[in-house]
Amino acid sequence: MPLDAALKDAMLAAVPSLRAFAISLSGNVDRADDLVQETLLRAIANIDSFQPGTNMSAWMFTILRNLFRSEYRKRRREVEDADGSYAESLTSHPEQSSHVEFKEFRTALAKLPPDQREALILVGASGFSYEEAAAICECAVGTIKSRVNRARTRLADLLSIESAEDFGPDHTTRAILAAGGGRG
Amino acid sequence: MKDDDKAGRPGQMQTELNQRKPRGRLGRDVQSKIGQQLRAMYDGVVSEGVPDRFNEMLRQLDEKKDQNEKGAD
Repeated sequence: MPLDAALKDAMLAAVPSLRAFAISLSGNVDRADDLVQETLLRAIANIDSFQPGTNMSAWMFTILRNLFRSEYRKRRREVEDADGSYAESLTSHPEQSSHVEFKEFRTALAKLPPDQREALILVGASGFSYEEAAAICECAVGTIKSRVNRARTRLADLLSIESAEDFGPDHTTRAILAAGGGRG
Repeated sequence: MKDDDKAGRPGQMQTELNQRKPRGRLGRDVQSKIGQQLRAMYDGVVSEGVPDRFNEMLRQLDEKKDQNEKGAD
């Protein structure tokens, strides 16, 4: 199974956004990195099924998403999380600044149903089109659109944003200051 | 929800329009705030680049492959 340098580079190039996707999905950096590692191994093992010329990043997102979902189904049987406390515990990871800056937002994100969360992240943060997100999630484009809409509505609700000011300058300024200060 | 709470807050004037929006539909500004926050969070992770463990893992796989190929010859 030869893996040529160009494919390897394309895989590594996808890693930063795969991590961001995995962290957004799982809310946990260590788990996310394990998911990314597993994704890389699967991608290498199945490189023959990758169509050259297509989007390597989208292909790897599909692998990661499937891995996460099968793991999620397993975990759900293990952990009853009626009040969302498990979801909250997943969002804390104090030692890395960029992961705590958005604690409130992450906590809200963790409360979304997984279908809605992944749709929102793929479209709203990863920069995939609705069509690409639908391919990654193996569902209809209309389904993705409605999940993204429901996710936004629910987030606005959870974060009590009724107008831009509710999420206003204080929040944003603090986040920016924290981002600047945290990486110095 | 609690419109009274907003009285006297700085930037109040800009919110007046938004507050007239019907419930159940998000204003464009709210959507864009959520989008900003989401992207900022996401991009924060992206900017960390590729952690060493992944470079290292691929390097080790390459080495193993080389050894296997040499062994097979």
